[in-house]
Amino acid sequence: MELACQISGIVKSFGPNRVLKEVDLELPSATITVLMGANGAGKSTLVKILCGVHNADAGTVTLFGENFSPASPSDAFQSGVVTVHQTINNGVIPDLDVASNLMIDRLADSSAGFFLRTEKLRAEARKVAATMDLDLDITAEVKDLGLADRQMIAIARAMTRKPKLLILDEPTSSLSANEAKRLFKLLANLKEQGVAILYISHRMSDIRAIADRIVTMRDGKISGIFDGPSLDYEGAVTAMLGQKMVHGKLQLQEKGTPIFELRDAKLSKYSSPFDLVFYKNEIIAITGLLGSGKTAIASAIFGLNPLLEGDMLLHGEPYNPKSPADAISKGIFMCPKDRSTNAVVSDFDITNNMVLPFLDRHSWFSFLKPKNLERKATVSISELGIVCQSELDLVTTLSGGNQQKVMIGRWLSEKSEVLLLDEPFQGVDIKARRDIGSQIRQSSKDRATLVFVAELDEAVEIADKIVVLHEGSYSGIFENKENNIADILSLYSGKPSETLAEARGSLNG
Amino acid sequence: MNMRSFAIRYGFLLLLLGLVLFFSIVAEGFAGPRSAVFIFQSVSITGILALGVTATLVVDGFDLSIGSVATTALMLSAYVMVVLEMSAFTAIIACLIMGAFVGLVNGLLIVKARVPDLLATLGMMFLLIGLQRIPTEGRSISTGMKLPSGETAEGVYSQSFLWLGRHRLDFFLENLIPIPVIIFLLVGVFIWLFLELTRHGRLMYAIGSNETATALAGANVNKYKILAYVISGITASIGGILLSARLGRGDIASGNNLLLDSVAAALIGFAVLGAAKPNAFGTAIGALFVGVLLQGLTMMNAPYYTQDFVKGSVLVIALIFTFALSSKGRKTSH
Repeated sequence: MELACQISGIVKSFGPNRVLKEVDLELPSATITVLMGANGAGKSTLVKILCGVHNADAGTVTLFGENFSPASPSDAFQSGVVTVHQTINNGVIPDLDVASNLMIDRLADSSAGFFLRTEKLRAEARKVAATMDLDLDITAEVKDLGLADRQMIAIARAMTRKPKLLILDEPTSSLSANEAKRLFKLLANLKEQGVAILYISHRMSDIRAIADRIVTMRDGKISGIFDGPSLDYEGAVTAMLGQKMVHGKLQLQEKGTPIFELRDAKLSKYSSPFDLVFYKNEIIAITGLLGSGKTAIASAIFGLNPLLEGDMLLHGEPYNPKSPADAISKGIFMCPKDRSTNAVVSDFDITNNMVLPFLDRHSWFSFLKPKNLERKATVSISELGIVCQSELDLVTTLSGGNQQKVMIGRWLSEKSEVLLLDEPFQGVDIKARRDIGSQIRQSSKDRATLVFVAELDEAVEIADKIVVLHEGSYSGIFENKENNIADILSLYSGKPSETLAEARGSLNG
Repeated sequence: MNMRSFAIRYGFLLLLLGLVLFFSIVAEGFAGPRSAVFIFQSVSITGILALGVTATLVVDGFDLSIGSVATTALMLSAYVMVVLEMSAFTAIIACLIMGAFVGLVNGLLIVKARVPDLLATLGMMFLLIGLQRIPTEGRSISTGMKLPSGETAEGVYSQSFLWLGRHRLDFFLENLIPIPVIIFLLVGVFIWLFLELTRHGRLMYAIGSNETATALAGANVNKYKILAYVISGITASIGGILLSARLGRGDIASGNNLLLDSVAAALIGFAVLGAAKPNAFGTAIGALFVGVLLQGLTMMNAPYYTQDFVKGSVLVIALIFTFALSSKGRKTSH
């Protein structure tokens, strides 16, 4: 098999931080190489060197035997190295239509003509869309599309560049199962055409579906290479974490008194109303695919949007929060999803990010008490195992997993009645995910915890009970037990289940 | 600490120190308490306006109307005392209420009507420049002027009002420190305390960095944004009162440079101590920096028409400090 890209002895430091410590890696043509690594292992830095964002301090990269050191992303792209980044909005231009987005590199090409030829542009864009199985109106504006469609466009756009080495950084993180399948089909096609693919992900289901080989990174080095006809997935996870994965069964919590109730709640116009009760000490995972109504429940309880219909009760009293501030004052906290947009204050240090909602509790006649703030932050840092130099580090210097820990710590630092965690494991590595999960479970006494997750395995990992939603309707509630998993799965994908009525009767009374 | 971060942090302060030393040696009479006080006095009014605009920059806004709020306060105070023949106290209160009201309207335009900040305050600037000319048909206000009604304005600037602009306190030397300098320092300390040490200031910085996140942390984002514009309006009206007290008449042509000078001071402030963000201390230093440079150059016989060029150059250099050298600027560049 031809070697597409050879990386040898790459070193990269940012200030005193040695991020890459002599990385050696070979990427053969016509092969999908999966790169796994915890956050902070150096994956992103390696990708940025390959795609021309950073320069390596030492070491060489060769592309088909020729020396390759791109000065800029466009340089890398000219040489046939194409990257689809994790942040979707860097890959699309929201104000343009789909066709222009797909053909944007053609437009930016200096040899292109001065005037736009819309029909020709659209015809070519349609061709690209067809090869990708992209079922979209190419005249639609990208800003009107969902996250998943945008991601597919970003990937399709990369295809127009005729890549020799295609790098995908967590491309499925916002795709539905069907869309992911389409992507995998496409990757298989490209592989047959001889493209070398570097695929970065920690999703085991993706990895099982497409990997030809697995390379793991840890602490800035390659920690394992797994090859051959049958891949050792367990071994890869161990090599990535540097420790054995423990599948501990959860000790289910004893439920306390009821705290919060939804009565005759309706999430969308055509769904049927349902009741739900949340008890003290309990962790309830609310799962469902994109658009299943998870966000509607979370925003209603946190005072962002009222329920379409129905009532909410807190300690048996009617509860109608006017704003997040109102909800917080009643002990209802929410850690929102998409931390970089909704949670992280990037100009602030860890301490100020942590205490942001509770500044009034740490001030005297509006004057802040810095000692109190720092004490609060250091406690959370040690409880959650946040990796940092001190509590005064800028939050943006932390890796994604550690940033998420800060955001979780923000809402665990004060006592709550109901804690809503919307996608708490989004974009975090397995180690951070376990730290966060165990801290949530340890602290769950005396409150009801609602965890909103799209991934079923995350729900199974953390919850006492699992609620399944499907397209705005309530489908069922289950105890988190081995023999319920099959039922949960079938409801999750929208299939009716015989045990449904039974489940409702036994658990939601 | 390596060279680079040292340069980013202290570079601008060292540059200021170097300038002071340079002028002390080269320009005779530059070093001395009277000259120092003169510098402070020359920047006190722009400094006060700049501190207000800093508050709006903190919430990631911008107030272009400060210059016109100040000149409106100038005309309003003259009108109240000279034409309406009311007391100095009434004049001051009227100006402060006017400033707060304009700030409130700016805030509501931005928060409720969703007009972008630059456009809302640009509109307000235009409106005020026009409004202040209407009562006197475009003429300056002074005692003995002929009013549109045909009568003669008989009111005078009261001594206590003029005291605000002209009195000097003894401080080691007789008649050393002018009242406007004291007020500049007081406003500076107040804004600094508010932005750095109170939870309100902290939340305003949070809003400037990530508005959505701050709202989801339970802060009333709209209230704080409006508050920032009210602060800006009030400080601008204080600047206008002091300008009026210094001039002793409602001069329609005064204060043309106020907006640009004070915005420049606030932006230069980004570079001080490597803050790379709006901050009260930096703003005050930024204003002083410009003052030192102009005073020194003037004493070295640089002609007056070079002043704007000098200010502009300082601003450009400060912006390079902020955005090209510091890591913050780097981050936002890609």
